[in-house]
Amino acid sequence: MKCCQPDCDNEATVHLTEIVNGQMKKVDLCEECAKDKGVTDPQGFALADLLLGLGASSEMESVSAELECPTCGFTQADFKKTGRLGCSTCYTVFAEPLEGMLKQMHKGTQHVGKVPKALRAKLDITKQRDSLAEQLQKAIETENYEEAARLRDQLKELESVGSVEEGS
Amino acid sequence: MELLDFLTPSDEISANGGPEDHVVLSSRVRLARNISGVPFPGRAKKSSREESCEAIRPSVSGASAMRGGFSSGMGDLKALDKQLLVERHLISREHAAKAGGSALVLNKDETLSVMVNEEDHLRMQALLPGMQIKQVWQKIDRFDTSLEKKLQYAYDASYGYLTACPTNLGTGIRVSAMLHLPGLVLTDQVNQIVQAVTKLGHAVRGLYGEGTEALGHIFQVSNQMTLGESEADIIERIHKVVLQIIEHETNARATLQQGKPKELFNHIGRAYGVLANAHIVSSKESMNQLSLIRLGVKLGMFDELKTSVVDELFLITQPAHLQQLVGEKLSGEQRDVHRADLLRSRLSGVKGPQVSE
Repeated sequence: MKCCQPDCDNEATVHLTEIVNGQMKKVDLCEECAKDKGVTDPQGFALADLLLGLGASSEMESVSAELECPTCGFTQADFKKTGRLGCSTCYTVFAEPLEGMLKQMHKGTQHVGKVPKALRAKLDITKQRDSLAEQLQKAIETENYEEAARLRDQLKELESVGSVEEGS
Repeated sequence: MELLDFLTPSDEISANGGPEDHVVLSSRVRLARNISGVPFPGRAKKSSREESCEAIRPSVSGASAMRGGFSSGMGDLKALDKQLLVERHLISREHAAKAGGSALVLNKDETLSVMVNEEDHLRMQALLPGMQIKQVWQKIDRFDTSLEKKLQYAYDASYGYLTACPTNLGTGIRVSAMLHLPGLVLTDQVNQIVQAVTKLGHAVRGLYGEGTEALGHIFQVSNQMTLGESEADIIERIHKVVLQIIEHETNARATLQQGKPKELFNHIGRAYGVLANAHIVSSKESMNQLSLIRLGVKLGMFDELKTSVVDELFLITQPAHLQQLVGEKLSGEQRDVHRADLLRSRLSGVKGPQVSE
């Protein structure tokens, strides 16, 4: 049996089976590729990485234009080869082709966990501002002008706080 | 300081038991973090990796949690040092292969370890013995928060913490427990459990091999998904799953003791017989037999043997620890002989398994 990695013609000597989400997945690798992929280390290796990396690349091909990251020069071909991205900006550049893959891979595509403290205050203000703006719109639509005036003042106050923080 | 002078002796590190350690060997949480505006290590040129490593390392080693700890560039460690660290689960095999431009920082009692420029700029882990999943999360969460004051993480409002591999995106968290499941293996139930747990979206793999072939009957359960779910929820789910596996394993052991005592005693008696008398023992054989002896100790069959001694043997019969103990580089064949000598001498004063008929 041949090694399943692209551009590799060696005889496969490492055969791996892993059950992910109830589905059995098999990979056959030659010794070199196995070492390369860290397969010999059960700690650092997830077959999923390898499989998702391969699966993802075919999905990414469906996006016609060859995207390239302006910050690090990473291309879709690079992603196909490594299953990894090059830098933070790549996530913006490849957002569209990544979306489907992330949906498959994770519970959702919106982060709901920890936020660095420095960003938390900023994000909170943004959230509050959006919520107030929405309430203000509603108040205007329902011609509740007294409420609208109160909300407008609150919004003004919040914006002044936000700009002070950003300027500091 | 040399790594060998820093590392806690194997007997001391094995002496720290933890809650539920008849099944849970250790609990671990790993976080992946990157620095904003710097290419991920896999993409960066060597000079840029060296630069980012220099910039990141002082912030990590200077953290108060790292006081009295150890810090070294990967290029400054010997091959044997790196292998010792892998055997202690303090670095990954990938990181062991790194040289210049990567570093390692450990805290004093080896419960915190940070790999600089592995696949991500920072891979930090907290590791504690026994069932302490919530404690390791608190420990690493606190450490991570202390670092974010000094390092600006790559973070996106919708994608969370940005990681080199999309499989770690969001929380960047990998929660895992190392489990000793001889009861489930001997009663042929382990595959069922593995399937049930994977259906819940977790990964189960043998620490050294797959399925019933898992060496030493040791399995690792970990979360797969990192985006769209909070750390607290991920921790809670793994915690629940592990509690259930503990219950199944405990039941399986009781079933064996009551239903098939002869079969069980036969396994444990033979394991003792081999390790106390053999002159050539491969690491695979030693792990499988030590696993059965550990089971025997936990079932009260060895009065003179403590779990910590068996756990120490698990560690010091691994290739690098064995070579460090003997004090010279050994070939595979030489290791098998030294391993057998070590096991015989440690078990020489221990009476065989006691069976209450």
